[in-house]
Amino acid sequence: MSAIKTAPAKNAVPSGGCSASACGSAAAPEDMSPEVWAKVKDHPCYSEEAHHYFARMHVAVAPACNIQCNYCNRKYDCANESRPGVVSERLTPEQGARKVLAVAASVPQLSVLGIAGPGDALYDWKKTKATFDAVVKDLPDIKLCISTNGLALPDHVDEIVAMNIDHVTITINMIDPEIGAKIYPWIFFQHKRYEGVEAARILHERQMLGLDMLVARGVLVKVNSVLIPGINDEHLIEVNREVKKRGAFLHNVMPLISDAAHGTHFGLTGQRGPTPEELKKVQDACEGGAKLMRHCRQCRADAVGMLGEDRGQEFTLDKLPETIAIDQSKRDAWRAQIEAKRELAAFARMAVKPAPAAKPGHVLTVAVASKGDGVINQHFGHAKEFLIYRADGAGVKFLGARKIGDQYCQGGLGEDSSLAGIIALLGDVDVLLCAKIGGCPKGELKAAGIEPSDAYAHEFIEPSIAALYAKRAADAPADA
Amino acid sequence: MAYKIVASQCSACGACEFECPNAAIRMKGDSFIVEAAKCTECDGDSPRCIGVCPVENTIVKA
Repeated sequence: MSAIKTAPAKNAVPSGGCSASACGSAAAPEDMSPEVWAKVKDHPCYSEEAHHYFARMHVAVAPACNIQCNYCNRKYDCANESRPGVVSERLTPEQGARKVLAVAASVPQLSVLGIAGPGDALYDWKKTKATFDAVVKDLPDIKLCISTNGLALPDHVDEIVAMNIDHVTITINMIDPEIGAKIYPWIFFQHKRYEGVEAARILHERQMLGLDMLVARGVLVKVNSVLIPGINDEHLIEVNREVKKRGAFLHNVMPLISDAAHGTHFGLTGQRGPTPEELKKVQDACEGGAKLMRHCRQCRADAVGMLGEDRGQEFTLDKLPETIAIDQSKRDAWRAQIEAKRELAAFARMAVKPAPAAKPGHVLTVAVASKGDGVINQHFGHAKEFLIYRADGAGVKFLGARKIGDQYCQGGLGEDSSLAGIIALLGDVDVLLCAKIGGCPKGELKAAGIEPSDAYAHEFIEPSIAALYAKRAADAPADA
Repeated sequence: MAYKIVASQCSACGACEFECPNAAIRMKGDSFIVEAAKCTECDGDSPRCIGVCPVENTIVKA
């Protein structure tokens, strides 16, 4: 990775992914120490506020895994599909590092390099380490990040610390091995395959040990949990308490993605994923425990770009240049621009006045079309996802992102991307804010009880929703 | 006395390569192969390559 020459970087136009700026600001939030804030402020997965200014990428250099999960089938690949564990192209560490440099040269927002498999980054440690070593030589400002099932974690904690890997995500789906046995058919530990409850117990003990070791060394730990209805839904509330007690920084409860076409055990046996309501119920029940991540997009093990987008297809191996120029001054200038934008957004949020508390029961659910920067700046017809907010007397809260047409590998025939699909997706939404909307969808949305509006085009999201809420609360009849 | 890898089944994750105590497994083309001369079938212990392989019935008796 040394043949670095100066060459004009192409595709330098920054493109936004999604935006949600509910938490955080240019200064450390009240509930976070300055040291922790310094670690998360530019990490799109660890900070909701950062996630529309910064981009991440995963390189799929670690295909080997040491456990089998019932929701995973690693023989599967589809370029149209976005979910964890899926990749189109496996890379050697050298190729992976070259890809990172190519992305950094044309995506100045790139702040994080993660290795999330498609197997386990720590079991396939030699390849993970070789990739990181090659990248940091040329990109010293990039944050390194690892995702693991935790089984091999205790063996590598010291190396993780030595390599300045500040962020580790552990997938923890259970703290009860009886439940674990329904999720993991086997693990491979110390050269031997274990099955059933014994396997789940070993995995659980290794996960807790690894979590404790990381926390003791000041590494930030995010816990991912896959919500599997009927297996661990209620149990995840206990998982949340336990990982909080042990010092996890963030908890991400994600819905199981299950389809027979994926060839996973759960897919083939008809285990369904949770409904949005079921997911929200568990997430809400976890409030007050470990801080929840609500902006996760469940990205692929080779995703590139802002969280709401995947530009992986622009950076496949055959498209990578032989020599790649990193213009550090350009990256620095970009960072400075971002800081200025973040400050503006923070000021806008500070200016938000709490809505009149006269109508305590009044709740407004709002969908936003945004392509980044925390601004309502996307045309309705261009939206690939909507950000959902809830406003009430207490303020404006980000609930999560909903993707349009989450079709899995239907050869592009996504019926859900039709207007009817969008209306179903936004069934509980009162108002839809976007930069612009055509007359036809406007009429149909209205008929379905969703009020589209471009009145706040190019304004900041939360202040706009707060203003809208205040206006509605004031206009509402006194007994509403 | 050796195993072989069914190439059409192999996901090429490479887990078997670094679990093999005899260094009998290596990449060849897009898949992995077992060098029969080096494979001892783990001398009566349960074969590690089969234990770690994520796709059932991919590593079989040659």
